[in-house]
Amino acid sequence: MTVIEPEVGSTILSIQQLSKVYAGGFEALKSVSLDIKAGEIIALLGPNGAGKTTLISTICGLVQPSSGRVFVAGHDITTDYRITRALIGLVPQELTTDSFETVWNTVSFSRGLFGRAPDPSHIERVLRSLSLWDKKDNMLRTLSGGMKRRVLIAKALSHEPRILFLDEPTAGVDVSLRKDMWAIVSDLRASGVTIILTTHYIEEAEEIADRIGVINHGELILVEEKRALMAKLGKKQLELELFDPLEELPSSLAPFGIELSANGLKLIYTFETTESGENNISSVLEALREAGITFKDLHTSQSSLEEIFVGLVNQPADGAAQGAAT
Amino acid sequence: MSKVLSRVMNYYAVLAIYKFEMARMRRTLLQSIVTPVLTTSLYFIVFGAAIGSRIQEVGGVGYGAFIVPGLIMLSLLTNSISNASFGIYFPKFSGTVYEVLSAPVSTLEVVLGYVGAAATKAIILGLIILVTAGFFIELRIAHPIIMLLFIVLTALSFSLFGFILGIWADNFEKLSIVPALIITPLVFLGGSFYSTDMLPPVWQSVSLMNPVLYLVSGLRWSFYEISEVNVWVSLVGVSLFLLVCLGVVYGIFRTGYRLRP
Repeated sequence: MTVIEPEVGSTILSIQQLSKVYAGGFEALKSVSLDIKAGEIIALLGPNGAGKTTLISTICGLVQPSSGRVFVAGHDITTDYRITRALIGLVPQELTTDSFETVWNTVSFSRGLFGRAPDPSHIERVLRSLSLWDKKDNMLRTLSGGMKRRVLIAKALSHEPRILFLDEPTAGVDVSLRKDMWAIVSDLRASGVTIILTTHYIEEAEEIADRIGVINHGELILVEEKRALMAKLGKKQLELELFDPLEELPSSLAPFGIELSANGLKLIYTFETTESGENNISSVLEALREAGITFKDLHTSQSSLEEIFVGLVNQPADGAAQGAAT
Repeated sequence: MSKVLSRVMNYYAVLAIYKFEMARMRRTLLQSIVTPVLTTSLYFIVFGAAIGSRIQEVGGVGYGAFIVPGLIMLSLLTNSISNASFGIYFPKFSGTVYEVLSAPVSTLEVVLGYVGAAATKAIILGLIILVTAGFFIELRIAHPIIMLLFIVLTALSFSLFGFILGIWADNFEKLSIVPALIITPLVFLGGSFYSTDMLPPVWQSVSLMNPVLYLVSGLRWSFYEISEVNVWVSLVGVSLFLLVCLGVVYGIFRTGYRLRP
């Protein structure tokens, strides 16, 4: 089979107005559009039933789209499925394995299934990189859940894909294994593989993704560079601990929207930083000095990706839909 | 050879599926071979020696020899259907079918892999029964090529049928209901163990509506040149059934019926 090697930085996956309505009438995807560049890691966040798995399944050929098109390395997934599917590896959410097969056989099977000639040295490399080499002759039913997850990754990598879909890769695994998975993803990215992962774990997206996409009710409500997203939507708070309690907030501080704690010993200023890094902190501090208010300590905090995510998915549907970005 | 084939089709995928399915037979080798040998031996002991000795020759053939084609056909039909239906149903049940559905394989390649393996297993068992029969009776095969043609066509077409059954079934009960409640009765009532000439005229006419009668009759003709219906009618019939099954499988993959929502 022909093997295509997309250039790093070129668009490797283009989803155009993709919709899916299941037979029962459930609208799982609503005109989703998204471009993904070769070599990047994008995390799709969303609550249960948001449409993350349907999106991945449609791109991989497991679900038939109702409308819209998807291109992988410029090839249509429907008409050029031989080319597009050969470029894709999929690690499903469920631990679905053939219980009575050995690790070696099941990974070799996957390579053949995706049209690649046998290559024991590649299989060995994959198994070693996933710490599975010692288990190569073990039957899958004898492996732990974490090891089975690794086997699924090995199967997905057996045919040397250029795009890897990881559907909830760390669901149900312990913290140690989760960190191992992140290291594996990092190594894969270093080898030029484009990675699209869905996750419930915000810290997972925060840790490894370049871009974050948020899906809710079948709509891609936002796609943004991780840092830009946190800068744009992440609210910061400045907390000032005062020497002397205040009975009420001086009128000169009112325009800043500062809150006074119940005991009068803390001022809380919530602010946003513009993309150029501007904010009103210096003006607030100046106003405090002019009002004669002294403080003994201060600290700032930034909302996590989790708080951003919760804020986004809890928005009313009309306000949330901002369309897809590239 | 493999390089040439891989240019025109996903040859490695066909081979992977075929080998994967055949591996299951190897894992249960004892059960796969001992069971048909034991069953066939029991049939010969009960029908051939105990009951057959009291039955006159049928169409100039001893009763023990007469039932050989029927026994082979019974094994071919049940094994083809169960092998192929289980082969595709189990990945659906366990969820591993995602890999086949997301692979760069065409309908033809998937069918070649699964149905090819199911048919191969059924043919191997059919031939084991033939060899086992040779220990009990003197085998005579008048038209070995036609015999092989019948065996291969039957194994292929009913493996395809089993494949369709495996896709249609959404629980284990449905998987077993067709072989148990439809195929086995049709084989027993299709002249496997008797000639329809022994039946009253009305039942002879009814028997002609049983498609398995044509298969048993055709296979028996290849052994002893005796048949209830013209051998060419049998061959055309099984070939047509093969084409219909192929058409249905093509339709299933085109529409995604029970595979791709």
